[in-house]
Amino acid sequence: MKGRKINPKRFEIGQLKIILLILPLVIFMGMPIIFIINHAFKPMEELFAFPPTFFVKNPTLENFSKLIKFSDSSGIPLSRYLFNSLVVTVVTVGLALLLTTMSAFALAKIKFKGRNMLAKINQVAIMFVSTAVLIPRYLVICKLGLIDNLLAHILPLVAMPVALFLVKQFVEQVPDSLLEAAYMDGATDLDIYLKVIMPMIRPAVATAAILVFQQVWTNMETSSYFFSDDSMKTLTFYMNTLVNANNTIAGQGMAAAASLIMFVPNLVLFIILQNKVMNTMANSGIK
Amino acid sequence: METQVNTAAAPVPDRIRKKKKNKISRRENNWRGWLFIGPYALIFSIFILVPVVLAVILSFTNFNAIEFPEFVGFLNYITILTNDAEFMKYVLPNTIIYAVVVGIGGYILSFILAWALCNLTKPVRTVFALILYSPSMTTGVAMTVLWKVIFSGDQAGLLNSWLMELGVITEPVLWLTDTRYLLPIVIIIGLWSSMGIGFLSMIAGILNTDATLYEAASIDGITNRFQEMVYITIPQMKPQMLFAAVMAIVGAFQNGMISSMLVGNPSPGYASQLLVNHIEDYGFLRYEMGYAAAISVVLLLIVQLFSKGANALLTEKDPYGKAKVTKKERSVIR
Repeated sequence: MKGRKINPKRFEIGQLKIILLILPLVIFMGMPIIFIINHAFKPMEELFAFPPTFFVKNPTLENFSKLIKFSDSSGIPLSRYLFNSLVVTVVTVGLALLLTTMSAFALAKIKFKGRNMLAKINQVAIMFVSTAVLIPRYLVICKLGLIDNLLAHILPLVAMPVALFLVKQFVEQVPDSLLEAAYMDGATDLDIYLKVIMPMIRPAVATAAILVFQQVWTNMETSSYFFSDDSMKTLTFYMNTLVNANNTIAGQGMAAAASLIMFVPNLVLFIILQNKVMNTMANSGIK
Repeated sequence: METQVNTAAAPVPDRIRKKKKNKISRRENNWRGWLFIGPYALIFSIFILVPVVLAVILSFTNFNAIEFPEFVGFLNYITILTNDAEFMKYVLPNTIIYAVVVGIGGYILSFILAWALCNLTKPVRTVFALILYSPSMTTGVAMTVLWKVIFSGDQAGLLNSWLMELGVITEPVLWLTDTRYLLPIVIIIGLWSSMGIGFLSMIAGILNTDATLYEAASIDGITNRFQEMVYITIPQMKPQMLFAAVMAIVGAFQNGMISSMLVGNPSPGYASQLLVNHIEDYGFLRYEMGYAAAISVVLLLIVQLFSKGANALLTEKDPYGKAKVTKKERSVIR
């Protein structure tokens, strides 16, 4: 049985073969990430060095300070976009987690009419391609009078079928006996949801948080289509216009800094929560 | 997880559970369920269900976003099939090629990688998984800047510089304007970012497979890892395989951003134009929203169709009706 084991506890020579086999791919996938990090700290002469360099030699924060200075000189300060993005991200993730866990509890543990149908609809909606309905969504936002309202950033992203699906799968693993016991003791649904379900499904909540966060943080569609007032748009949108509009020499440095700023929160959050994510994924199967 | 495992070992017999359920009247239950799912259902309806229905309705109209939509029957669909030269010549073939390579290719790749990672120790696996997953987080600005620098058309472009140093090319290639290279580039980037949550799901699925089965199999004469993978690993993780397949399909058809962020929309010579880009092109650049809606409906139908296919291939066939029990047993063993 040498080396032939899923999830081995110790390192064996046989594993070296596998590592060597996939290493080129891992390097190919990882290199761009290393590049983003290096690129952002390059001083001007390295950004335009010939031949171009991959790693930074004299790291500097020049690009970041330029980015801040540039946005100060334009009408709306960077802090405004950052504020918008933070508010939108926090509220969306919070609201999404609340609604998702509540409905996951209902779908997994409360027997009610229409439950199976709702679960089916949600499962089909996992395959929903949001770009495909951008136009009707725009019409809905218009009808609701939400154009240029921060809610237009938030509400369209609150209902995320994949997140609900994953959380629901996880709630199903909570043993019924535990809930029965709590009901016997006179607990209400709300008690069960808050005190039994929520503490037990933390990994799934973390996963849902990551998924929603990634969607909100990188979302540009809401800013470009639902907002005409620039001061209500998000950091992502601003960074994007900055990158596309400034093909100048100074613009390149700012773009490099902007890309790191947009990428790092995703990475950090995932690193912090990766253990919980893997835990959730164990229950991710579609049966 | 600990508590869960422990309690799962002693489930309440079905008889007792049913008795308890009967005490609560059906109507009261309905009210309770809807109370919890109501808010989500409301937002889901407004921003997912209604837009899909609206898209279907709009697809039968001529709508320019200013005047009231005018009903035109199946005209839009007929136009897609017979009169949209770009669609037939570029968009459809591009989409099919992209979906096959990134969807199916990415799926197979993510399974192989997931399987390889599961044969490694936890620290190594975690680092590798993080590296492989991180591209799927690199969207928007970060992705644009990164790949624009790498594929830059002048000598200062990273790829050009490397290839010239190696002597593969003698003068810089205009990667992002040459129509021959656009689709392959978009596909490479698509593959690069395709190790998303489907990939993570597969890792978890493989890790959760029953360890005792591998021992039993080796006694029964399964000798190599390939056999092990085909006869033991895959059958045990079909639910995860299906989830990953659905994610792969969605990813394969949804990801039009790569092309429009790198080279704009429409892409030069429509060389990397995908269905999603075509929708944007008609909806928000030409304001032919009825027609764009028709393409959207086609897109949603294609995705549905492929998912049905994946479903048929991978659904857990369960002749003994014991899937739930084995799953629980599995978690106990773990």
